[in-house]
Amino acid sequence: MQDLEALEAELFAELEAAGDLAGLEALRVSALGKKGRLTEQMKSLGQLDPEARKARGQALNAVKDRLQSAMEARKAGFEEAALEARLATERVDVTLPARPHAIGHVHPVSQTIEELVAIFGEMGFSVAEGPHIEDDFHNFEALNIPAWHPARQDMDTFYLRSDAEGVRPVLRTHTSPVQIRTLQKTTPPIRIICPGRTFRADSDATHSPMFHQVEGLVIDEKTHMGHLKGTLIEFCRAFFGVDELPVRFRASYFPFTEPSAELDIGCARKDGQLIIGGGEDWLEILGSGMVHPKVLENCGIDSSRYQGFAFGMGIERIAMLKYGIPDLRTFYDSDLRWLRHYGFVPLEAPSVVRGL
Amino acid sequence: MKFTLSWLRDHLETEASVEQLCETLSLIGLEVESVEDRGAQLAAFTVAYVEEAAPHPNADRLRVCRLRTKDGEVQVVCGAPNARSGMTGVFAPTGTHIPGTGIDLKAGVIRGVESNGMLVSEREMGLSEDHEGIIDLTPGEGEAAPEIGTPFAEILGLDDVVIEVGITPNRGDCLGVRGIARDLAAAGLGRLKPFEPPKVEGGYDSPLAWRIDAGAGDYCPYVAGRHFRGVRNGPSPAWLQRRLTAIGLRPISALVDITNYVTFDLGRPLHVFDAAKVKGDPTMRFARDGEEILALDGRTYALDAETLVIADANGPEGIAGIMGGELSGCTEETTEVFLECALFDPVSVAFAGRRLGIHSDARYRFERGLDPLSAEWGPEVAASLILQLCGGEASRVVDAGAIPDWRRSVTLRKDRCATLGGVPVPDGEQVRILQDLGFEVTDRGDDLEVQVPSWRNDVDSEACLVEEVLRLHGYEHLPTSSLVLDTAMPLPALSTRQRRAAAARTALCWSGLEECVTFSFVAERHARLFGWENESLRLDNPISAELDVMRPSVLIPLIEAAARNADRGYGDLGLFEVGPAYETTAPDGQRQVAGALRVGHSGPRHWAAPRRPVDAFDAKADALKVLEAAGAPVDSLQVSTDAPGWYHPGQSGCLRLGPKVLARFGTLHPKVLKAFDLKGPAVATEIFLEAIPEPKRKGTLRPAADLSPLMPVERDYAFVVDLDVPAEKLIRAAKGADKALIAGVALFDDYRGKGLPEGKKSLAVAVTLQPREKTLTEQDLEAVSGKIVAAVEKATGGTLRG
Repeated sequence: MQDLEALEAELFAELEAAGDLAGLEALRVSALGKKGRLTEQMKSLGQLDPEARKARGQALNAVKDRLQSAMEARKAGFEEAALEARLATERVDVTLPARPHAIGHVHPVSQTIEELVAIFGEMGFSVAEGPHIEDDFHNFEALNIPAWHPARQDMDTFYLRSDAEGVRPVLRTHTSPVQIRTLQKTTPPIRIICPGRTFRADSDATHSPMFHQVEGLVIDEKTHMGHLKGTLIEFCRAFFGVDELPVRFRASYFPFTEPSAELDIGCARKDGQLIIGGGEDWLEILGSGMVHPKVLENCGIDSSRYQGFAFGMGIERIAMLKYGIPDLRTFYDSDLRWLRHYGFVPLEAPSVVRGL
Repeated sequence: MKFTLSWLRDHLETEASVEQLCETLSLIGLEVESVEDRGAQLAAFTVAYVEEAAPHPNADRLRVCRLRTKDGEVQVVCGAPNARSGMTGVFAPTGTHIPGTGIDLKAGVIRGVESNGMLVSEREMGLSEDHEGIIDLTPGEGEAAPEIGTPFAEILGLDDVVIEVGITPNRGDCLGVRGIARDLAAAGLGRLKPFEPPKVEGGYDSPLAWRIDAGAGDYCPYVAGRHFRGVRNGPSPAWLQRRLTAIGLRPISALVDITNYVTFDLGRPLHVFDAAKVKGDPTMRFARDGEEILALDGRTYALDAETLVIADANGPEGIAGIMGGELSGCTEETTEVFLECALFDPVSVAFAGRRLGIHSDARYRFERGLDPLSAEWGPEVAASLILQLCGGEASRVVDAGAIPDWRRSVTLRKDRCATLGGVPVPDGEQVRILQDLGFEVTDRGDDLEVQVPSWRNDVDSEACLVEEVLRLHGYEHLPTSSLVLDTAMPLPALSTRQRRAAAARTALCWSGLEECVTFSFVAERHARLFGWENESLRLDNPISAELDVMRPSVLIPLIEAAARNADRGYGDLGLFEVGPAYETTAPDGQRQVAGALRVGHSGPRHWAAPRRPVDAFDAKADALKVLEAAGAPVDSLQVSTDAPGWYHPGQSGCLRLGPKVLARFGTLHPKVLKAFDLKGPAVATEIFLEAIPEPKRKGTLRPAADLSPLMPVERDYAFVVDLDVPAEKLIRAAKGADKALIAGVALFDDYRGKGLPEGKKSLAVAVTLQPREKTLTEQDLEAVSGKIVAAVEKATGGTLRG
């Protein structure tokens, strides 16, 4: 058996000397191949007597197993080293910038409208729309603003060319005509908001010839001015995200509401910055009131049975307040830098439950 | 509407502070726009006595003045020629802000002599342009000098707070100080002093009488007047001048100042004619065509037959309710006066004023409605003031027409403040408020019978009375009530159309474009490039020639914006807007369009992602993304090559569903870029969101997913076809060759040039075959290949490339 020990030592020495996968393969052939040294030994077992054959066979198999597993281990080591060497050559500079994928931004006006829809939607309002080019009836007459009314002059109305019959369409000066269109085709209860474009022939630092308003309208048999107050307070708190937002109602006048009120919210001015909530200043944010009985009657609704409230506010104005956008005119300039700075990534639709 | 605190106190007994008054005014609907305390602004300027004005040792023109001031003796150096010993002047100590020069006074040394303040001129005080010398308050002989230390504001009569309130169009009654005082009293801030119009007995019959032309009675139902003789029309007294100056009116002469005073004090416009210049009886009549009038504002107005004038034998002497005429106006020489105190129809005055473009204090009040009874007390109040300030003698009143009946009553249910306003106001408080406002109230059990006072023409319904009670009771009493939902959960708030707009917006943002909101109006020359020709979409009164027509396409302002951004150094960009395009003026003539524009390169320069100029396929991709997001059946769309003229004719198309165009896309026409001064390339798309059909499937169920366990097989085919064969035709043909088996066809190569015959191109497609029941055999594959080749050949005339 001493010859086997010597052979094993010789084979392991050669294994030790094998420097790569090729050397390992050469060793496999010379030890375990058809004419390999261990194979030859196996072949010679037949010449032995059964006793000796068994003992030598076991010893030979043990040597073979040890050699094979040692070669496997060696091989895995070589492969590992080869892989590591390959990976080392494949190194890249991961600080290089990734491939560009630009994402655009939602305009603050759109975002604000979505937020309005989310808040008022929770309170059971649905969204109504109407045309921008309106007639005198929907924009004025039905809203209790006859042609001679001084309020018409304050509105700076845009007119289009008269048609063949001399009728001159107007660009709606407020979103209130949507109230009229809704009242004309719907039986109460009604609960709508109408966000959209409005137009006034006025342009300076704080006025734009086009801007956006949102109108709210609730008509049923029981809604009173306390509901108007509650609704608007809820809205302001949800929209501005201020829990203890001071609000106050001031008497005012709109031809289409009676009684009428303007809503102020509490604010503070600090270092030229306007802070919503607290403070000793008041900021006017919207006009509102109980829908004038004449408006209901003009739309064929029985004002002795139905009543409710309406309100309207400037969308850019509340967006400027909420997001600290200083200049109205920049909303429409489409300056790429402004759009990216003040715009919103369209990751999720605004919702009250997720937070606004 | 401006007034001063002392003026308000003529009508209101009150202990309230200016702050309280202003707070209350704003809360009850008379919004305070400004409060100006000129006395406080000028508080530092006080009377001082010049003890000695000695020559300056180092300057001929300067004097060293030793002053006695409220703070003791002060030395100042003064350059005014009229500075002299023994004079009384106005002193400003060191630290005072000098309004006329904007300088804050500092103590200094002038040519070696200390100076601690200054004696000021009117110009330095910001009072006038007079800088001939310092203000000289030295009393005349026999007069008392003002006490040293007296605030100069007091001497000027500027120690009165000026309050400006915005008056809403319904409150014509508050265009006089008395109306404001009445509201404040009703709000609990004092007591309204009684107003008893003086009774001035006339001593003779007026030589002039009023006439109202037949047919003019609707416009002018009533006019009163009286004649005055022996009057002297000098400057009005200081107290009157001060009040008028404080509210921004220029004192003119006693007679004119009186009419202005009554206008602002009682809301009663008046006019005075120089009776000597009036020829024949003044008559209310409509102007005759071709007549004109030189009005008191110095302008000549052409009159029309719908405008009422006050005319005499000389022609129009005044425009009814709007402005008097220059020719019969009162001057310093006037000794005989004829007074006009009329009632005009507010609507007619409003229209006439608008036609003539005249804004006057009279028009402002007439078009908001006057107290009809003011025609009764107006001539008395005016006579009393004229006699008091100008002397002379008044005639008996002359009039024409009749004061219209103004009496009306409105019923107020006692619980209406609670049911409409949400505030249960105690009955007694309701009555108290209404009575304080001048309403007469009769308790009829459940209701109050409310008689409206003559000056409240705005109150005509129960809701008006609720407003009166609530606003004066205080809106702070409004309860905070929540709306109750009819259902436990809110119903969906948005329509399909509205959701599509949001989907388009999100899709375009994710494609890297920035959302814009732009004007609905554009310049005509730009609009014409986009097919604008409907004249009814032209603004009658645009704010600028660049914004004079309604836009026919959303793209116009986007291209303008791109050009502006390029000028700022941002030439590569993508912009979009989901907004209106206007086709007609009808309610359905406004289309909701998602417009998207890409200019320059596809992206920034990048080490791994090569950039390229944008092309029509970027626009096509944008269109398809929006259509898919908005729920359009994108697989069924066809492309036609008939996009309108603002697109490149060879690089544009329409995406159609049958005859309906859902979108157009392509490279913008070079002439468009040139007109907008935009460097290209630029590509755009317009997607018509309302053209997308409503989703067919109702409900939420989806068909079962068909997930075959068998591997799909991909096979490539290249076809040689004529150059003008649209790729879509080939793809469609291949797709239709075996609908059961072919799951997809992707075109991956469009080759032209070498190796192909003239006039031909090679299109290569990868066809995905999805076996359903068994794995495909070679024979199966050959069979389907045969079908594909045959179908493509039939549809396109092309051949399989060898």
